[in-house]
Amino acid sequence: MRKSHPIIKALALFTVWFLYLPLLGVAVCSVNTAKGGWVWKGFTLDWYFKLLDNEWILNSAWNTLELAVVSTAIATLLGTILAIGISRFPWGRKTNSFLNTMLNIPVVIPDIIMAGSLVVVFGILREVSSIFDMGMIDMIIGHVTFQIAFVALVVRSRLALIGQDVEEAGRDLFASNWYLMRKVMLPLMMPGIVAGAMLAFTLSLDDFVLSFFLSGPDSQTLPLFIYAAVRRGVTPEIHALSTLVVLITVILVVGAERFSKKEIA
Amino acid sequence: MDTHKDKNLTIKNMVKTFGKVEVLKTVNQEVRAGEFFTLLGPSGCGKTTLLRIIAGLEIPTSGSVILGNDDITSLPANKRHVNMVFQSYALFPHLTIYENIAFGLRSRKINADEIKRRVNEGIEMLRLETLKDRMPDQLSGGQKQRVSLARALVNEPDILLLDEPMSALDAKLRAQVQEELRRLQRKLGTTFIMVTHDQDEALVCSDRIAVMNEGQIVQCGTPEEVYDYPCNKFVAEFLGAANMLKAKRVDGGVETELGFFALDKIPDWNEGLVTIRPEWVKISENKPDHNGVLATVEDSVYRGTNFDLFLSPGNLRVRTSSYKHFRTGDKIWIELTASDLVALGD
Repeated sequence: MRKSHPIIKALALFTVWFLYLPLLGVAVCSVNTAKGGWVWKGFTLDWYFKLLDNEWILNSAWNTLELAVVSTAIATLLGTILAIGISRFPWGRKTNSFLNTMLNIPVVIPDIIMAGSLVVVFGILREVSSIFDMGMIDMIIGHVTFQIAFVALVVRSRLALIGQDVEEAGRDLFASNWYLMRKVMLPLMMPGIVAGAMLAFTLSLDDFVLSFFLSGPDSQTLPLFIYAAVRRGVTPEIHALSTLVVLITVILVVGAERFSKKEIA
Repeated sequence: MDTHKDKNLTIKNMVKTFGKVEVLKTVNQEVRAGEFFTLLGPSGCGKTTLLRIIAGLEIPTSGSVILGNDDITSLPANKRHVNMVFQSYALFPHLTIYENIAFGLRSRKINADEIKRRVNEGIEMLRLETLKDRMPDQLSGGQKQRVSLARALVNEPDILLLDEPMSALDAKLRAQVQEELRRLQRKLGTTFIMVTHDQDEALVCSDRIAVMNEGQIVQCGTPEEVYDYPCNKFVAEFLGAANMLKAKRVDGGVETELGFFALDKIPDWNEGLVTIRPEWVKISENKPDHNGVLATVEDSVYRGTNFDLFLSPGNLRVRTSSYKHFRTGDKIWIELTASDLVALGD
């Protein structure tokens, strides 16, 4: 590999430092005995234990988890089916590029636009049934809408890696559609599906904008709680909570990365 | 096991188009039960498409596939008693070699004892005993290919299809596999249909060869027939080196730039090409009685097993034994025997 210029190296290091410094600061504050400010007064895990006493936080954590688990489950199922449909059905070239664009739009579109349009849609649906009142169901549907695209993209690239001839070999060896799916395609797709699900899960876990627009009185999530709490003043508990959320996200993202790179073996 | 031995395969009026491209233009062909049949042609000639149609992996635009007495044109791949060895082998990467071989039997829900017996038979037949618990990515190309063969053959198919089975192997292994395939086919008596672009492969293995070009079968016959009596320029050149001479038909033979040649089979055209293989040009000390030409050696290329001499006039290529030495500039008499000189059609 070519040796890079020292300035480029310095710039890269600075950028990484700049990105992670605030996170590091939060993590340090979460284990600092001091209640505020930037003075180190000693190590403690008290703030973490205090989280467990706060009913609001526990409630929000539970909501967040419920939302993430349910929406991820639905999005993984639908996204996987979508990926199979897009990459295995003999679409024409035009239809194919249209589907590709459609699949990428939810990824790049600003959350706030998505959230705004969902508010409008649920407003209309509310006329039909009170199920669509602001709250958990709306949030789950909202999260699923953007998670599907991520799952489908990851699973589709996995399918491209598997290739068509293994599937054809299965058919040639007398496998029915269902048998082929169960014995060949699912096991080979599984790393992609798991990676997609992990990605979808972290997206739901961290989502603020959609939840903010769609949540009801009983469906506050952790990001929403943190937002509200910060407005009242930052406390070490918030630092502790934020650090936990970041940790979980990092673990899931690293996991997803490893799964999606897993070789076909 | 002997039920498949009387099932001929008939391809009737087969046409396949992809969009506007006509990949197959009305192919009619019969493959006899128990023969080693090869589809030979350059890439893009439609041979693989034809094979995939027989396998049921491609739906023909029109025409029919008849196996024995049954029309199987609309039968999906998983219902056809035909199995395929894929060019990429297409082994299931998440299954052991044993499970790969057992796949076809398991998906047909054959009872466990029978599966065990047949898989072990297949493993023995292709000498895979030591590999059966490995995963496909731990195998070499040649080993993968034997697994792929075993996986298809344990199903005792009516027809075994082979798609460029040797394209991923190195030259030495290729020769070995050619002989093994031939031996296996003779032993089992199963109909083999192989697709290849390699004329050596086709000549070594096959009972009959169908030479394909631009979506059509140009000539079909035994290896000797297509090599010795090519029907046109394409077949003559695709199956190896050939000397071509422009000719005009005259009484009893043809007139060329090298003079008059008598032919055994008088062509039905007035102007066309005659051909002779380099190894059939005879070299003699004295002037031959018929069809002789006095030629000058322009170049001589040593090829180990033989010399290739390039002669003028006519830019003829002549293959001669390596113990005879000729130098550039030597004058020699050659004879283009009437029986070896073939008039080509269109």
